[in-house]
This record gives sequence, C-alpha cells and structure tokens, in this order.
Amino acid sequence: MAEGHKSLNLTLRVWRQANRQAKGEFKVYNVKDISTEASFLEMMDILNEQLINEQVPEGPVAFDHDCREGICGMCSLFINGRAHGPDDDITTCQLHMRKFNDGDTITIEPWRSGGFPIIKDLMVDRTAYDKIMQAGGFVSVSTGGVPDANAIPISKVIADEAMDAAACIGCGACAATCKNGSAMLFVSAKVSQLALLPQGKVEAAKRAKAMVKKMDELGFGNCTNTGACELECPKSVSISHIARLNREFLKANIKD
Amino acid sequence: MKGFFKSSIGKKVLMSVSGLFLILFLLFHLCMNLVVVFSASAYNEVCAFLGSNWYAVAGTMVLAAGFLVHIVYAFILTAQNRKARGTDRYDNQNLPAGVEFASKNMLVLGVIVCCGLLVHFGQFWAKMMYAELAGTEGQFAPTDGAAWINWYFHDSPLAVAFVIVYLVWFAALWLHLNHGFWSAFHTVGLSNNVWIPRLKCIAKWFSTIICAGFAFVVIFAACGGINTKSDCCNKEKCGAKTECHQEAPCNPQTCPNAEQGK
Ligand code: HEM
Ligand code: SF4
Ligand code: FES
Repeated sequence: MAEGHKSLNLTLRVWRQANRQAKGEFKVYNVKDISTEASFLEMMDILNEQLINEQVPEGPVAFDHDCREGICGMCSLFINGRAHGPDDDITTCQLHMRKFNDGDTITIEPWRSGGFPIIKDLMVDRTAYDKIMQAGGFVSVSTGGVPDANAIPISKVIADEAMDAAACIGCGACAATCKNGSAMLFVSAKVSQLALLPQGKVEAAKRAKAMVKKMDELGFGNCTNTGACELECPKSVSISHIARLNREFLKANIKD
Repeated sequence: MKGFFKSSIGKKVLMSVSGLFLILFLLFHLCMNLVVVFSASAYNEVCAFLGSNWYAVAGTMVLAAGFLVHIVYAFILTAQNRKARGTDRYDNQNLPAGVEFASKNMLVLGVIVCCGLLVHFGQFWAKMMYAELAGTEGQFAPTDGAAWINWYFHDSPLAVAFVIVYLVWFAALWLHLNHGFWSAFHTVGLSNNVWIPRLKCIAKWFSTIICAGFAFVVIFAACGGINTKSDCCNKEKCGAKTECHQEAPCNPQTCPNAEQGK
C-alpha cells in the first residue's frame, strides 16, 4: 500500500430491512484496519466479507453499485445525513475513506422518498426515473446517419449548457434529498439537454408535457425551489434547468 | 392547456401568479399607509375615497379571490408534497448551507401571515370598509383611519400587544417574501444562472423595504406620531392657527374657542 495511508477503526450504523414490507432498523457493526486509501464501497465490501464470515443472521448488506467510477448512477446511500456522503459533487462510489477519521461512527441509510421504495437494506427501487425517461427522454425522429460535426452550428454557450444538463446520471439523490420528494431536477436536466439542441427541439413541447405528466403520475412532489437538490447532486446540475423546464412546459401548454 | 392546472407545474404557476398579485397589492397598501406618516387628514381622505368607492369594493373581491387561490393551492401542494416525501424519515439529514429556511417553511409562514391578516381584518377592515358599507357605528368614524391607527397602536390598553403581534406578522411576511419573490419568477420560467442571484438580491431588498415600511408605520403610530387633530375649519373666529383643538374633527358649532376668537 502506498505510503502515508492510515488505518481506521470505525463503527457503522447500517440500515437493515429484509424487504419492502418488513420493519427496518439500524444494526451496529465494527470494522477494523480500513485504509484511508480505500473507497467507501470497498469498505462496504470488507464489511460484507466480515458479515459473511461471522454468519450474522441478517446476511451481507444489500447495496447498489455498478461502474464504481461515477458514471452509471447506480450507487446511492445516504451517509451521515447527506446523499452520496460528506463530500461535494461526487457519487458514493467516488467517496474515499480519507474523508473520515479513526474512531468515527458512520450512519448509512438508503434513499428515503415516496418515489423510491426500499427493496432490501440500502437498495431502493429507482425504476420510477426510468419510467419518466421512457415517457419522452429521447429523440425519436430519424436523424439519419452521423452528420458532419460542423453541419449543425451550435454555439459554445449552448453546447456547454446542454452538456451540463446531460451530466445527470439519474442517481436519484435529488428526489432523495428533497423535502417535497420532487424529481424536478432530474426531469429538468433530461428535458434541458435535449431542448437546448436542434436535434431535440423538434419534440421539445411533446417531451416536456409527457415527462411532467409521468412524473406527476408516479407521485413525485411539487418543487418549492428549496435548492437542496442542486447542493447534493453529484453532477452539480443547476436548478436553472428547472426554470427552463417550467418555461418549456408553459410554452408547450400555451401552444395547444 | 388541457390539464395544465392539474399538473404540478400548473399548480405552481397558480401559486406564483397569485403570489405576485398579492405582492402588488402589498406595494399599493404600503404606499397608502405611508401617507399617514405625512398627514393624517390626507390619509383619511384616501380612506374616505376607498371606503365609499364601488371600484375599491370590486378590487377587494378580486383580492380576496387572489388570497383564496393562493391559500387553497398552498394546502393542496403541501399535502401532495408530504405524501410524495413518504413516511420514512432520515435518521439525520444535515444539508450543506445554502437552503433558505423560508423555502422549507412556506406553509407555516403563510399560516402566520394568514393569522395576522385575520387580526388586521377585525381591527381595520371591519371597522372601516365594512362599517361604512353596512352603516354600523363605531368608536370612530369609518373614514377616520388615522384615529383607528392611533387607537390600536397608541391609546388602546392593548397597544403594546398589538405592536408585537404586528411586528411578528411582518417578520413572517419578510421571510415568506424573501423566498417567494424569486421563487415566483423561477416558477414561471423567468430565471436562469445569471438571474437567480439577481432575483435573490432583489427579493432581499424588496421584502425588506416592504416589511420595514409597514413596521415603520406601526412604530411611528406607537410612538404617538399620528396627529389625529384635523385642520382648523373656523380660522376667522377660533384662535387655532392650523390645527383644531377639539377632540372630534373640527366643527365650528362646538368650537370652544369660537367666541374668544379675534
Ligand atoms: C400577502 C400575502 C402573501 C404574499 C404576498 C405571498 C406571496 C407568495 C409568493 C410570491 C410565493 C412564491 C410562489 C412560487 O414559489 O412560485 C408564495 C408561495 C407560497 N405561499 Fe404565499 N403569499 C402570501 C400569503 C400566503 C398565505 C396566507 C399562505 C398560506 C396559508 C401562503 C402559503 C404559501 C406557500 C405554501 C407557498 C409555497 C408554494 C410552493 O412553492 O409550492 N402564502 N407566496
Ligand atoms: S439531477 Fe443530479 S441528483 Fe438528480 S438524478 Fe441527476 S445526477 Fe442525480
Ligand atoms: S457505481 Fe456507477 S456512479 Fe457510482
């Protein structure tokens, strides 16, 4: 192991819940000799190995993860009171143990929001976001073959803005953090990234209406512009996209 | 527009537009109140004009409708949001700094504003606009707004309590507007990365000016600053140079100075 790393002994308070209906509770586990160079999810792997070896009745902790490099949006976890943990602008898989100190107690909870029911332990059902995407988060008109990169001029400002919105990985931290259980940051990012670009503009009105309709149907809350979502978004998606979504939605409704 | 007002954004637009309408009303109301600081009789003229004027009554109805929409949707939206949030609560949630207190407590602040309004209605609207329309008799004439203000905040035995209630009311309004002002623009899409900080700054100034203005009038009245005496209407006979010495509005018939007048 590289020089300069330290070992941490930690107390973990982990939410354990057998299934959606079961009553959950915090279980306390101790882990030893965790390197400050380990990632948070590696620490979870070590914990699980330990739980398997110890044959605890509740078994290893179920938690979501996939790419472990901040691009898939699978990892979740509410760590010490914050979505994706105590660092800013990163996903849980990008969180490292150097953010913690020896002897710390770490509380690990699942996303808790009406739209994301718990499946098991720290794993929640986030298919609601997929359903919103299926309602209109795509370009369905035929765009032909790959056009020449310069055939459609797009200003740098617009391209950057669309790219910032496209950075959304659909992790769900926005709705999980929001006191209103609102998915507006996610929906606005998805509507924005396409509404800003000529390829997406064609269906902008239809898309805004369809995605908002689906979001409402699925029972997500109404945005009161608290801005908590943008503070916890691992991709720093700005609430200015919410203003654009509102604009797109109003325009779409006035048109017909 | 089919289904627009059933959608989450549509309902928020109703909230925003009714809120902005109420803000305009507040601005108008403040201008009216400030008149009393400069001249009680000018203020009473404004009261007389707005009390007996059917346009003002119609305006009041529109205003009531605005409040109704705002309040009804406030409860609908808040109820839906609580449901969306679900029953599960985090063991602890420590948000990083940057979330305004007001943005998370708009309903509570709104309810405080509403309670203040009810007190205010009982004190002024019922004694002035309503009394004039219904022709009921009060301690002071319905058009003598300055006397009513002076009574509630200076002469009444409960004056100190009224001043405190009003200041709490304005503090809640300040918080509500601090968030509400910029949020309303954001809701109708009139905002972006450049304008969010600008709107938040304007919101701070605007809510401070409005609430400080209202509070100033109350404190001014509490300090006995309102001159409830009317201008002398009997100058040739009475000794008063400008201000009438009588308790009631100047009346040449009952003027005690009429005989000694030079
Ligand atoms: C003079 C009185 C009032 C003014 C000027 C006012 C103004 C506003 C404004 C401008 C907004 C922002 C709308 C938006 O975010 O789009 C707002 C939001 C709100 N108001 Fe008021 N309001 C007043 C009274 C009330 C009352 C009496 C209540 C409730 C009993 C109330 C409850 C709310 C709530 C819950 C919100 C947040 C709604 C949301 O963001 O979804 N307000 N108000
Ligand atoms: S907007 Fe941010 S917090 Fe919300 S789903 Fe996308 S990446 Fe996650
Ligand atoms: S596991 Fe893919 S973003 Fe964290």
